[in-house]
Amino acid sequence: MNTNLTGCKLNRNTFGKLIATGKDHQIHEGVIPVRAFPVTAPGEGISLVDNHGHEVVWIDNLAELPEMERNLIEEEFASREFMPEIKRIDKVSSFATPSIWQVQTDRGNTQFTLKGEEDIRRLSLSTLLITDSNGIHFLVRDRSVLDRHSNKLLDRFL
Amino acid sequence: MSSITSDLPHIIPSDFPSHWQTRISTLLNGQEQILAWLEIDLDNQLHFSPGLLIVTTHRILARSEKDENWQAWSNQPDMKLTYQDHAGICSIELFDIHARLACWHCTLEKHQAIDQLIAHFVQLITAETAQTGEAPANPDEGTEIESDSKIAIETDLADSSESIATGNQETNTAPPSTWTLFRLWRFAKPYKWQLLTGFMLMLGSTAAALVPPYLTMPLMDNVLIPYQNGHPIDTGLVTFYLSGLLGAAVLAWILGWLRTYTMAKVSERIGADLRTTTYEHLLGLSQAYFGGKRTGDLMARIGAETDRINMFLSLNLLDFATDVLMITLTVIILVSINPWLALITLLPLPIIAWLIHLVRDRLRVGFEKTGRVWAEVNNVLADTLPGIRVVKAFAQEEREIERFRIVNQRNVEINDRVNKIWALFTPTVTFLTECGLLVVWIFGIWQVSQDHITVGVLTAFLAYIGRFYLRLDSMSRIVSATQKAAAGTKRIFDILDHVSSVPEPVKPIHLPAIKGHIGLSNVSFRYGTRRVIQNLDFAIKPGEMIGLVGHSGSGKSTLINLICRFYDVTDGAILIDDVDIRSLPIAEYRKHIGLVLQEPFLFFGTIAENIAYGRPNASRREIIAAARAAYAHEFILRLPYGYDSLVGERGQALSGGERQRISIARALLIDPRILILDEATSSVDTQTEQEIQGALDNLVSGRTTIAVAHRLSTLQQANRLVVLDHGKIVEVGNHEELMDRRGHYYQLYQAQSRSSDDEEQPAAAGKIMGIRSNLA
Repeated sequence: MNTNLTGCKLNRNTFGKLIATGKDHQIHEGVIPVRAFPVTAPGEGISLVDNHGHEVVWIDNLAELPEMERNLIEEEFASREFMPEIKRIDKVSSFATPSIWQVQTDRGNTQFTLKGEEDIRRLSLSTLLITDSNGIHFLVRDRSVLDRHSNKLLDRFL
Repeated sequence: MSSITSDLPHIIPSDFPSHWQTRISTLLNGQEQILAWLEIDLDNQLHFSPGLLIVTTHRILARSEKDENWQAWSNQPDMKLTYQDHAGICSIELFDIHARLACWHCTLEKHQAIDQLIAHFVQLITAETAQTGEAPANPDEGTEIESDSKIAIETDLADSSESIATGNQETNTAPPSTWTLFRLWRFAKPYKWQLLTGFMLMLGSTAAALVPPYLTMPLMDNVLIPYQNGHPIDTGLVTFYLSGLLGAAVLAWILGWLRTYTMAKVSERIGADLRTTTYEHLLGLSQAYFGGKRTGDLMARIGAETDRINMFLSLNLLDFATDVLMITLTVIILVSINPWLALITLLPLPIIAWLIHLVRDRLRVGFEKTGRVWAEVNNVLADTLPGIRVVKAFAQEEREIERFRIVNQRNVEINDRVNKIWALFTPTVTFLTECGLLVVWIFGIWQVSQDHITVGVLTAFLAYIGRFYLRLDSMSRIVSATQKAAAGTKRIFDILDHVSSVPEPVKPIHLPAIKGHIGLSNVSFRYGTRRVIQNLDFAIKPGEMIGLVGHSGSGKSTLINLICRFYDVTDGAILIDDVDIRSLPIAEYRKHIGLVLQEPFLFFGTIAENIAYGRPNASRREIIAAARAAYAHEFILRLPYGYDSLVGERGQALSGGERQRISIARALLIDPRILILDEATSSVDTQTEQEIQGALDNLVSGRTTIAVAHRLSTLQQANRLVVLDHGKIVEVGNHEELMDRRGHYYQLYQAQSRSSDDEEQPAAAGKIMGIRSNLA
């Protein structure tokens, strides 16, 4: 198990899969980048795991990587990760759950159903994670940045 | 010792029970000395009856209150005095080589005295044997002094524990007096300036509220009555009075608002402080306290009771103070206007006061009951909800509902009883109020007819009196609130007054780093009336791994609880690097200990937070390193949010092995010198155990480890195995040695391998299949 990227190469093959070549020229096909702290420190601690879930390479910080590799990993993340960040809450259908929320996120406007208050989880004092009825997570990264209208609506559920 | 005593014929020790003194002095002959005695409180049929058992330099003497004569046995070298206890009753037996000579009984209360008695007797007998075998007397004296001092220490300990016990009894038996409320002052003190402000505001607002009725007097006499008698209305005067009325109302409104806000703010903070302090104190209490209390009860105390006290302080107490103030001011005003009329007005006051006093006691008892029954309701919930799987598995929902219904029914009944008194009380006060009003009308009209007072005065009186009795009525309501709050305060202070049975040392010794040497020196532990650990002596070298083995109930877990200092030893001492653990600050000491339990407990929070539980400021790098060493890294990465995934109650579902590896990572992160594995692999299957084993090996290396495991196969790499039976060490050695010895361990091992054979055969078959498929 390598714990850093020194001496390890990363490419994408023609099938669109990531290939990691280790120091001992061992080739790992179809490695997947995984963030260790996707919410609290998305840029730090990234692991490349093979398709059995075993760690192949450990990257302490994404910013320290050469540009080519970093872009490859970021591309991979962009195609796999889906955790829309709520920028504004436009409307909620009712203050009693289940309730349909209309929100603006960093990935566009959408609506989702909140099953119960317990699906809103406090990750830190100002960070909230909202799970909708389909299990998709919506992130409120910083409550204090939301506008007053959104906060007022959100407050009714906390 | 004997040389001193031989000069003075039989001195009776000063603390010898006085009513036996005369009876014993005639009995002792020559140079006979009383060495130890025991006041027996049971006879042989176990009826309470006092008696005395004495060890003298020559004999054992015994007599019960009912007996005519003393029984005596001369000391002989081969005599034995033994002691055992069962269910709180101690039996002391005297043997010689041929037979049992006598048997006495007493309650467990006396066990310290028994230990002393037996210690003296054993010394005496050994000394006698030594004398016959011509041994020098001097070393004997040395040991005697040493053991004497030990006994002295023991009695000291007993005294202190007794004083704690009696202290508790006192707090438990005292009824919740209203005075307990004054103990809240401790929490109110930091806010005294805000409280003073609140009080001044209250004074102002109350005074302002009393102005309007006063103004009715000139309004009536100077405006309305003259108008009725044909004078025109003086507009200026009316405007003056009416604006006075308005001004007073506005002032009372603003001051009242400020007052309520200030007091509510202060009381909210007092309540919060009270809650936090209670919780803080609660967590400082020993494991034994939590063993004896039910979670629901404690939750009710911290939650509901503090809330009740809070309500009392912010609303009821404020109202009460306002009422008292209002009444006092009203009385002053009334007396200043017309003393006679005032006297008549105040007539029902003593009757109401008497009524309040009468009802108060009953309500107090009632409300304390309400509090208790409420805790019971909570207890049922706290019992059932965590065990919901068991309830559902055995389809006992109906029964649990029934249990809840019964408790709830009792809650209703007790509240009914309180309400019955209550229901009668309030209307009675109202009735008396109306009567009072009637009396004032009668007396007032008579006075007006006699031209003693003006109509204005009577109007003012009636206006005041309306307020006055209204206040009296609401004041009577304070009774119940006060009693509720007093009961709540008592229950809170029950916790706050409880002294931890694992006290912090008075003069702590600080050990910043320890080597990990553990010594058990003559350790005994008694749980209630049961003796769980008996006179254990054992030393563990730094870095050694010790496996504790024995049947369930042999004292393994208790020993671990003692080493962690969840309980304190009854006798003897546990030493870390030759320092008694009782002289180390508790939190500092436990920092050196890593504990991995059978049921790993994960708190609600992220995985990273759970790993860093023992060291919250650990960096992400350290957390990952610990997780790697615990073989938890890869499965954590597989979770949707990695180290940020939520676990614990309502969190991500993890398997037993995964949870255990997180708890191993938790122990690894604090890097303790001493590691305790309490059935760490018992709740997982053999395959998961193998997965965990690697993590455990990482954890164990270089640390003093004590492992308890039911499955003996997991302890094979231990340096030494200690076999416990009924709280005693019966065998020590490594696996091979113990197997060769064919003793306790051998039997345990045989019994297990027989039962696990059936279990492991399919697994082995699976393995063979696996190999075959590989070959193919």
